[in-house]
Amino acid sequence: MQKITRDQLVSKASELLSNGTVCCVLGWGMGEFDYDVTPTVFNTVEELNNGFVFNDFCGANFSKYLVSKAAKCDGKILVLLKPCDTYSFNQLLTEHRFDREKVYVVGIPCEGMADVSKVKAICGEGILAISSNGDNINVTTLYDENPIVINAADVLAERCVNCKSKKHVAYDELLGDEGEVIESNRFDEVARLEAMSADERFAFWQNELSRCIRCNACRDACPACTCEKCVFDNPNSGVENKSPANSFEEKLFHIIRAYHVAGRCTDCGECSRVCPQNIPLHLLNRKFIKDINEFYGDYQAGEEVGMRAPLVNYTTEDLEPGEVFDRGADNA
Amino acid sequence: MNNINETLIPKIGVITDVRIDTPDIKTFRVVTPDGKKAFDHRPGQCAMLSVPGVGEAMFSITSSPTNEEYMEFSIKKCGCVTDWLHQAEPGQQITIRGPYGEPFPVDDVFAGKDLLFIAGGVGLAPLRSVINYCRHYRDRYGKIDIVYGSRSKDDLLDYKEIIEEWSTDTGVNVHLTIDNPQEGWDGHVGFVPNYVKELGFDTNKVAVLCGPPIMIKFTLDGLCEIGFDKTNVYTTLELRMKCGVGKCGRCNVGAKYVCKDGPVFRCDELEELPSEY
Amino acid sequence: MRKCSLDKINLIFAEIAKNAELYLPVDQNDGSAAYKKWEEGTAWSNKLNTVKSPKDFFFPQTEDLMQFKTQGKNIEIVDTRSALQDFVIFGVRACDVKSFDILDRVFLSEPVDSFYASRRKHGVIISLACTRPSETCFCKTFDIDPANPTGDISAWKTESEIFFAANTEKGAALLDKLSSLTEECDDAAVLEQKEKINAIMDKLPLKNLTTDAFGGGKTNELFNAPEWDELSSACLGCGTCTFVCPTCQCYDIKDFNTGNGVVRFRCWDSCMYSDFTKMAHGNNRLTQKERFRQRFMHKLVYYPENNDGLFSCVGCGRCLAKCPISMNIVKVMKKIGGKKDE
Repeated sequence: MQKITRDQLVSKASELLSNGTVCCVLGWGMGEFDYDVTPTVFNTVEELNNGFVFNDFCGANFSKYLVSKAAKCDGKILVLLKPCDTYSFNQLLTEHRFDREKVYVVGIPCEGMADVSKVKAICGEGILAISSNGDNINVTTLYDENPIVINAADVLAERCVNCKSKKHVAYDELLGDEGEVIESNRFDEVARLEAMSADERFAFWQNELSRCIRCNACRDACPACTCEKCVFDNPNSGVENKSPANSFEEKLFHIIRAYHVAGRCTDCGECSRVCPQNIPLHLLNRKFIKDINEFYGDYQAGEEVGMRAPLVNYTTEDLEPGEVFDRGADNA
Repeated sequence: MNNINETLIPKIGVITDVRIDTPDIKTFRVVTPDGKKAFDHRPGQCAMLSVPGVGEAMFSITSSPTNEEYMEFSIKKCGCVTDWLHQAEPGQQITIRGPYGEPFPVDDVFAGKDLLFIAGGVGLAPLRSVINYCRHYRDRYGKIDIVYGSRSKDDLLDYKEIIEEWSTDTGVNVHLTIDNPQEGWDGHVGFVPNYVKELGFDTNKVAVLCGPPIMIKFTLDGLCEIGFDKTNVYTTLELRMKCGVGKCGRCNVGAKYVCKDGPVFRCDELEELPSEY
Repeated sequence: MRKCSLDKINLIFAEIAKNAELYLPVDQNDGSAAYKKWEEGTAWSNKLNTVKSPKDFFFPQTEDLMQFKTQGKNIEIVDTRSALQDFVIFGVRACDVKSFDILDRVFLSEPVDSFYASRRKHGVIISLACTRPSETCFCKTFDIDPANPTGDISAWKTESEIFFAANTEKGAALLDKLSSLTEECDDAAVLEQKEKINAIMDKLPLKNLTTDAFGGGKTNELFNAPEWDELSSACLGCGTCTFVCPTCQCYDIKDFNTGNGVVRFRCWDSCMYSDFTKMAHGNNRLTQKERFRQRFMHKLVYYPENNDGLFSCVGCGRCLAKCPISMNIVKVMKKIGGKKDE
């Protein structure tokens, strides 16, 4: 599925390591299977040759790792960013979360990443190997004599189905061609939820959020959640509860989080990607993005470094609070 | 073991007396609502005290088991529960459960031996239980030395008891020290680890240490320097605890749970554990 | 041994549900399975396993311990527990059944945890042999036989039939109640089924994973292994592995002011969380490396040291499937155990 190959990336990373441009590489480490890649810091060309992997399962957004990893490096750290990752990168820079000078960004093209749970939904358990073959993916399993051939588009990760941009908004060097912002239809699902009655919508979220196990993976993976001390980790906050004490609390956690990242969320989709219970958390954030676009004009967080987000930028044309309230009442 | 079936459900305790020991340490006397001791304990054991709505925390029982009327807890103000307790007045009810942990081996290892107690700051709290137990059964033990230091004279815990009772006992020697010179103090000035080395004790004693981690480390080094064997040195550890019975999973150092296998550890055993305390 | 046609499985469920609450894996709308209470019309999932393990039945994610009523300086402790009903968990895989033994050693050792013990007493476990293990399965590493699940009743499913064998008195009593729906049979079909499963087990990619490098007494050897740095490097510090794990049992006790009294509740906690060991005056596990190491050292060294060599992992593969960064106990065992290329 990917146009760029593992070998091209290893060769680029090795070159930058060898010529001293960077001192380490944040990339994808090989797992036990073809789909369980782990974000890994590679320090030598040998490590890259032995452990670097790039395939359709390299979905993790590395931007947030730069907050901790860039500070630890003596020189620059090389980070490989897909187009969507670069928006988070810029947003983190806007929030002064790491030093741009410590990072060397190679923008890499992305044809959309696959979701192994979708592969399993088609092929079942017992996956021994997955390989890419043009628009198809070949899956070898324990239970089928011949590889199962599936259409890559059918197993595209949720966030990639509605990919918003093939354009890198930040890089020091770009592999492949400059991409474009594309028509994503990403608000269609939000519009569908908006069209529901309040009771239907409540039931929808009730059902989805009832699966929450409060593992905090959504928060911990979220590039917009970089508070050094989260309110939900603070025993003195009165809301530090590790598990959903009741269904109200589950909603409280996710809704507070959505409010907190509103205007800063770039819609990278990490929250839904990492959720072990497949809760479509990105839809909460997307609702805020859609509202912000409608109230204040189109705004894409992370498009440029230093942008003033509409919610923290006062202009005389701003909507009156009453208008927002009225619109909310219409939607109820 | 008390409350075998209901280990997480506490009893009601009543604070009957609050003594101000130092600017940040108070000693609380606790009994059950009918005026009895909540449970029996051994020297060095702990209890979980809680204030409903604020939290529950583990404290060493500072009174001696030989006190049959009440229990005492010397508590330093340093967190939610302790802040709240410091504002409590006599008559206030709290909850109490325990006793937890392994006690000091007062009836076997310590018996017949000379004892050296070394404490820093609020570290005297767990040792007071043992010291008073040994004073109560004075003829079971040899010579007792107590080295106790704090930041200043005002930060010395149980000062009145030390001067009026411990210092006047035969065969008990008290050595006090404060970190910096202070008006009205004509005793020793200096840190505990150095003072211990200056005093230069016989090494055939059992030593018991309690205090801030850094004090324990340097004192232990000092004791080894003057010839003590780690098998004769005991200390107590403190880590975050929730259950008190080795099940909630957070107070372990290696395979040992401080709440259940400790808090009392012999220093050679402690050395075998990973340095994660 | 007794059997019945799979066509009659709903009659079996209905019969069980007459006397006890029945829980079984059910498909959820996101495509995964979860244990749900059976009601007329509930369909039994075909999935290999549930995302959350069945440990919830005995050690719920959140449970109230007691309530406090305060008035002035006085406190009253109210026991809020109500009498438990008998319940049956159907379709528990061999790995998850084994996890109950591991939890028992924690909660049923002195002093017994009465909350856990009473749930254990009221629960009947009907296990189910696996037919299509996943690539992420490695129960054999921990001497668990997916063809021979334990529990109060063991069950085996073939294309058209389901077979039951009672292992305990509780199980026998329940199986008796199902006698009109089941018929006595020999174990030929089950033996054949077991052979099929064993053949698959020999083909699993993680079949050579060993515990050789681990066990009680290995603390000093493994604690300072340099590999912990790299292994923990990408860990997000979330609680996914802990919360999907059938053997993780760490908990927190917290108070919640309802406005009408204080409820003291217990909830799952994770050693991966930054505040797990945080005290007012410090934290003995300051970085994610220390927290990460604690989780795996506990499962592979500390727990076996305290429990006759039994490891605190059942090889269910949930952490392999669910970790957001795909770091898991298999990678740890291979790296630390030095068996990377096996």
